[in-house]
Amino acid sequence: MKVSGKVFKYGDNIDTDVIIPARHLTSADPEHLKEHCMEDIDKSFKDRVKPGDIMVAGKNFGCGSSREHAPVAIKASGISLVIANDFARIFYRNSINVGLPILECPEAAAGIKEGDEVEADFDTGVITDKTTGESFQAKAFPEFIKNIMASGGLVGYTESELRV
Amino acid sequence: MPMTMTQKILADHAGLDSVAPGDLIEAKLDYVLGNDVTTPPAIKVFEKLGVKEVFDKDRVLLIGDHFTPNKDIKSAELNKTMRCFAREQEITHYYELGRKEMGIEHVIIPDNGIVLPGDLVIGADSHTCTYGALGSFATGVGSTDLACAMARGVTWFKVPEAIRVNLNGSFKKFVTGKDLILNIIGKIGVDGALYKSLEFGGEDISALSMDQRLTVCNMAIECGAKNGIFPVDNCTLEYISKTNPGRFNKNGYKVYTADEDAVYSDVLNINLDDIDLTVALPHLPSNTKKASECSDLKIDQVVIGSCTNGRLEDIGTAAAIFKGLKVHKDVRCIVIPGSQRVYRQALDNGWLQILDDAGCVISTPTCGPCLGGHMGVLAKGERCVSTTNRNFVGRMGDVDSEVILSGVPVAAASAVLGRVGTPDEL
Ligand code: SF4
Repeated sequence: MKVSGKVFKYGDNIDTDVIIPARHLTSADPEHLKEHCMEDIDKSFKDRVKPGDIMVAGKNFGCGSSREHAPVAIKASGISLVIANDFARIFYRNSINVGLPILECPEAAAGIKEGDEVEADFDTGVITDKTTGESFQAKAFPEFIKNIMASGGLVGYTESELRV
Repeated sequence: MPMTMTQKILADHAGLDSVAPGDLIEAKLDYVLGNDVTTPPAIKVFEKLGVKEVFDKDRVLLIGDHFTPNKDIKSAELNKTMRCFAREQEITHYYELGRKEMGIEHVIIPDNGIVLPGDLVIGADSHTCTYGALGSFATGVGSTDLACAMARGVTWFKVPEAIRVNLNGSFKKFVTGKDLILNIIGKIGVDGALYKSLEFGGEDISALSMDQRLTVCNMAIECGAKNGIFPVDNCTLEYISKTNPGRFNKNGYKVYTADEDAVYSDVLNINLDDIDLTVALPHLPSNTKKASECSDLKIDQVVIGSCTNGRLEDIGTAAAIFKGLKVHKDVRCIVIPGSQRVYRQALDNGWLQILDDAGCVISTPTCGPCLGGHMGVLAKGERCVSTTNRNFVGRMGDVDSEVILSGVPVAAASAVLGRVGTPDEL
């Protein structure tokens, strides 16, 4: 499975309060959450983001609370992949469970710039910056994680596994 | 490739010969746990999945402890939802209040002989990591995880690397496992072991009783660890021979040991003789200080209980300190045996009488004030010394109240002194 899109780049320690501020947690509806995604550090994010776009950030992405709303908000915005040095433990787990693709790759996180066109292949873990021609190798996902992503998250995956 | 104890348990449950840190694996679960707060939302997801039955009615553990006995109508509804589900699914390990198996989840699950060495457990409660004391892998997850795990009996993990903690020497008088884990958290910080295992070992792990090991592993999450784990030794085997003689005699457990050349991201060498009676001041478990240096802090309440320090040994220690003494006139001291079995044993041992004579109040087993639920919530400006595991802002009540964490000896001595203090001062 491949995704490609334009890059929105952020720094280190982007926390869940920045991704979706607590004042908007009164509803868990993805349509509501995407209206406020990243608004405290990037007001125009919601207007500029297009389906398929990619988020790139530094260390410890998603630190802070355990709210599942954070990866849900990013996914609902249309982001097809988040690339970072590394992710906070619970955010990592929640992202996979809600079906938001993420890749850990410090080289890509450092090399890719805001606005670059990037393509990533989940089968091989190869990330290509089409703007600069550079490519990076992230660890590819094992089969079952790809299946969780393809089913839109853990609930969809569990449903399909229970059917077989 | 050499592996840590945690990595071996994960590899085995995933049907793999070996795993390395960072690997994503899908593993079979021995037990799946939920409580009265996290199970009701999981039941909703479970129903959405369209599954008729849980994967194994003997392996799904549903324990109502946070707000029980029901503290209000909302908590009564939560418990009713869980009770109905447990009855419908004929869950083996669901208990009603007052039964000898009942109490706080992380006290009764080891004590009822459910989790044994080598088991793989997830629970929708962050302190599920407690059972690492028995040489099992246990970690906390969310409600969506719980729902899917109840349905399939498997879940995914990212294999953690480990910090090795070597214990040498022996504790000074009154110092316990609680002081040890507070010291570790104080040293490495609340994110010091993020995503990693804390693997205990070294010459002198035998210095810690099983009750103390459970306390230590209970707080592994407070430095961000995914799990804490102790090797299996005679102390472990003796404990499980009593809690589950059936499975013990049939060798129904598995002992894993870390490879000699296993790779650790860090090694902490701790001399137990160097550890003093310790407290964690507001508002982080890492904000540690010697208890003897905090004697200017006056207190309003003491709580002795919770999944951290509500075990039999803890109640015994409290009784030994309170014997012949009285709780300070300005202090309320609430003692909460962690389970009905602990309660009964403490009664039979004459300990509850000592506590009652000292002027403590003895509560029914519950999480209660630990999470600011009920049975001892704090008012604005009040300060409590508590044997629980979290002292975050507002954890036990008003946002302007304070919780100071300690082991049982400091908590009991402070109750008598009316301020933070140690048993040597009594
Ligand atoms: S006693 Fe406290 S920490 Fe333990 S399970 Fe209950 S609420 Fe959580």
